[in-house]
Amino acid sequence: MSSSQSREPITIEDGFKLIDAAVTKLTRIIEGKPEPPFLPEEYIGNYTIVYNMCIQKPPHDSSGPLYEKYGAILQAYDKLTILPSIMEKHDEYMLREVSRWWEINKIMVRWLSHFFYYLDRYYIARNGIPSLTVVGMTCFRDHVYEKVHFNVKQVVIALIHKEREGQQIDRALLKNVLDLFVQNGMGNMERYEKDFEDFFLTETNSYYSRKASSWIQEDSCPEYMIKAEESLKKEKERVSHYLHSDTEPKLVANVQTNLLVLVAKQLLEKENSGCSALLRDDKTDDLSRMYRLYHAIPQGLEPVAVAFRLHVTAEGNSLIKQAEDAATSGIVEEQVLVRKIIDLHDKYMAYVTDCFQNHTLFHKSLKEAFEIFCNKKVAGSSSAEMLATFCDNVFKKAANDKSNDDSTIESTIDNVVKLLDYISDKDLFAEFYRKKLARRLLFGKFSDDHERSILTKLKGQFGGQFTSKMEGMVTDMQLGKDQQTGFEEYLKNANTGKPKGVDFTVTVLTTGFWPSYKTSDLNLPLEMVNCIESFKAYYEIKTKHRRLMWIYSLGNCNLTARFDAKPIELIVSTYQAAVLCAFNHTERLTYQELIDQLNLSHEDLVRVLHSLSCAKYKFLKKEPASKTISKTDSFEFNSKFTDKMRRIKVPLPPVDDRKKVVEDVDKDRRYAIDASLVRIMKSRKVLPHQQLVSECVEQLSRMFKPDIKMIKKRIEDLITRDYLERDTENPNTFKYVA
Amino acid sequence: MPRTASKTTKKRSKPYTVTSSDTDPVPSASSKTKKSSKENDEKYKLFNKYANTSSGVIDPEGIEKLCSKLKVSHTDIKILMLAWKMKSERQGYFTKAEWRRALKALKVDTTKKLKKALPELEEQVRKPLNFADFYAYAFRYCLTDERQNCIDIETICQLLDMVLGSTFRDQVDHFVDYLKIQNDYKVITMDQWMGFYRFCNEISFPDMTNYSLELAWPLILDNFFEWMREKQA
Repeated sequence: MSSSQSREPITIEDGFKLIDAAVTKLTRIIEGKPEPPFLPEEYIGNYTIVYNMCIQKPPHDSSGPLYEKYGAILQAYDKLTILPSIMEKHDEYMLREVSRWWEINKIMVRWLSHFFYYLDRYYIARNGIPSLTVVGMTCFRDHVYEKVHFNVKQVVIALIHKEREGQQIDRALLKNVLDLFVQNGMGNMERYEKDFEDFFLTETNSYYSRKASSWIQEDSCPEYMIKAEESLKKEKERVSHYLHSDTEPKLVANVQTNLLVLVAKQLLEKENSGCSALLRDDKTDDLSRMYRLYHAIPQGLEPVAVAFRLHVTAEGNSLIKQAEDAATSGIVEEQVLVRKIIDLHDKYMAYVTDCFQNHTLFHKSLKEAFEIFCNKKVAGSSSAEMLATFCDNVFKKAANDKSNDDSTIESTIDNVVKLLDYISDKDLFAEFYRKKLARRLLFGKFSDDHERSILTKLKGQFGGQFTSKMEGMVTDMQLGKDQQTGFEEYLKNANTGKPKGVDFTVTVLTTGFWPSYKTSDLNLPLEMVNCIESFKAYYEIKTKHRRLMWIYSLGNCNLTARFDAKPIELIVSTYQAAVLCAFNHTERLTYQELIDQLNLSHEDLVRVLHSLSCAKYKFLKKEPASKTISKTDSFEFNSKFTDKMRRIKVPLPPVDDRKKVVEDVDKDRRYAIDASLVRIMKSRKVLPHQQLVSECVEQLSRMFKPDIKMIKKRIEDLITRDYLERDTENPNTFKYVA
Repeated sequence: MPRTASKTTKKRSKPYTVTSSDTDPVPSASSKTKKSSKENDEKYKLFNKYANTSSGVIDPEGIEKLCSKLKVSHTDIKILMLAWKMKSERQGYFTKAEWRRALKALKVDTTKKLKKALPELEEQVRKPLNFADFYAYAFRYCLTDERQNCIDIETICQLLDMVLGSTFRDQVDHFVDYLKIQNDYKVITMDQWMGFYRFCNEISFPDMTNYSLELAWPLILDNFFEWMREKQA
């Protein structure tokens, strides 16, 4: 409209007067006072004044003074208008004022920047000084923000406290105010953090610390956890409503520390409602909540896992104690105990997989707990022995009672393998198991499927070496059947004829697979001798270079005893049969005569005679009729004996070989330790004592937990045998002697 | 080659002469030969004073005689030290070569001079470097058989008393008590023997605060340590 080039330069005085008038009008408009808006000409006119003043030729080029003027206008506005208005008010009203003037200021700066825009384009760019917007913001910050932020912060925090206590507050207002803090940082979060957030977090800290103290006294663990969960939820909402997102992690950590971490011990150990009680009462929801809450905290799950482990250990220990108390006369009811332990395992494994989301920390806790009580002795029986006896009973029962379906047996087998993992003396288990397996295979029915099934599972878990002997035993039984068929063919075809009407079965055992048995030079009755001879002949034809060793102590025999009243079939062991047959030719025999005739050891003969004359069935009459056998006794066939049964099984009680098993295992362990030590030293050549011991323990841990003293003793033995020597410089180090 | 004429066996036996002529294969310069042979004569004269003429060695009886001349008991540690000095291989017997070795080292050729040299010998042996060697020697000296490598408890107790009694009285007394009542070990090996010496030197006694079961001390010392602790409680 008007030409850009006026004839007369505008003086600073005049220019400033025009600008001031424009500013006054502007402030009235933006403060909402009645004022007609700027007309386009007025708007352009304001811009033009500045423009002209800038491009005027010196000495009237007024860019510098105009820049100063711009700053002065805003400063005056801040100091004289904005600040006093804010300072008049208090509390929420003050916040509203602050919010209002902040908006106004933004508009002011924007409009003024438009007026003074020409400065931005050239003067500012050329001189590298802050832009108009920056000047505007800085002005507000220095003259308003700096003066009021403290009080504002106090009010904000007070309001937040109100909201925490359940009252409604103006969230939008808070959002605006806090945004103001952020903006006044002018590019970084320092103002927000230092002038607000730090105080906020301190206040939060003491708030939740107080809450924690009172809740922990009054509430049960589940109630407390619900409150904690609720608090965390609310605080996160708070962030989304008006706090800056940067605050969230700090806030959450703060609340968690106060509500969960610092009180963890008290909370988890609360009587009647803590972790232990929840597990006991099967409160899966509460336990899942516990997991959720503590999982979010770094290393937060550890106290929970510890509480879990302690609880399971206590449960296990009480089962052990129950069994100990119930063990009358030293006999443990291992069927009951093992079943209970299996059930305990299933129960707590369920918690691990469900409530605790299969977390490794809880698997570990469960394992540690079981390892503690599964290795305790009960009334003198080791857990290894009890587990072996348990298996034995399960299999014996299953073989006799076909109604048990396979799946129950299979799941029992799985449980046994799991439990064995917790037992440290696995080699002891193997030995007991082997002894009992032998009895199962040789005396009575057994299920080939079941036996093989458990061996396969044990092999899978513990390696082939663990099960090789037992597998050999089971295979022997299979081969034995084929062998027997062959023998019977031989007897039919060969002209030796069947040994005088005696049916005869032989089981050939491979030495090395089976436990070692004592042989005895029992003098067999004639009928039996023939049987032995015929088998020997057959075996020599079938195989060369093999020697047979006859173990009569494992054999059994069906005899028909012709008592006066009626004949009764007796199922007895070979030893017992030999003793009874002795009376075929004589009515009466003394102990000494029997010893001479039969060539049994005293121990064995006493046992046999006792079972035939002093036990439930008295097939022999003893003189004198005392309860025990003495070397001066004499015996007579009791022809007067009778019973309603036509068939009687007379068990020969087995010798208690627990001591022997333990001794054998100890001996094997000594060899194993020696071998391990030599192996380690051979490869390492030089090794300090402690490392040698720990590597040895590590190597052997799959089978048993070696006693440190035993290892030391073996090392000394190896020194004496010149396998190892001490280092002359350092006696705590050993060297391998090639 | 000197003819061997010994009737008795001893481990790692070296041939030794019965004849009185010196056939010791010691290289010596010809100028010194006359002097050394004169010295050797003296030593051999002395040797013959105590030696058993038929066996050609100083036997236990001869040693007794020697001891009474030296005015020391035959259980005195100085005799054992003398045996060490001469590297005697068989307990109770000194050979000519061994005798010569010791007397040469001590620079003596009469009983009187020998007697005077004994205290000095003891001082020398007690020096730490020598004593460790002597201590080990004492054990080997008591072994009676080539194949044997351990000594029974009773002998060990006496030996400990003799060898360590004056320097580590306390430890020896307690350890000997322990050895007598424990049943784990009926004999002591060289490793255990040396272990005890190390124990005396390194571990403060009787508090034993710097002993540790984690280290490689022989098991018998671990057991001794635990036994002591129990007693002190």
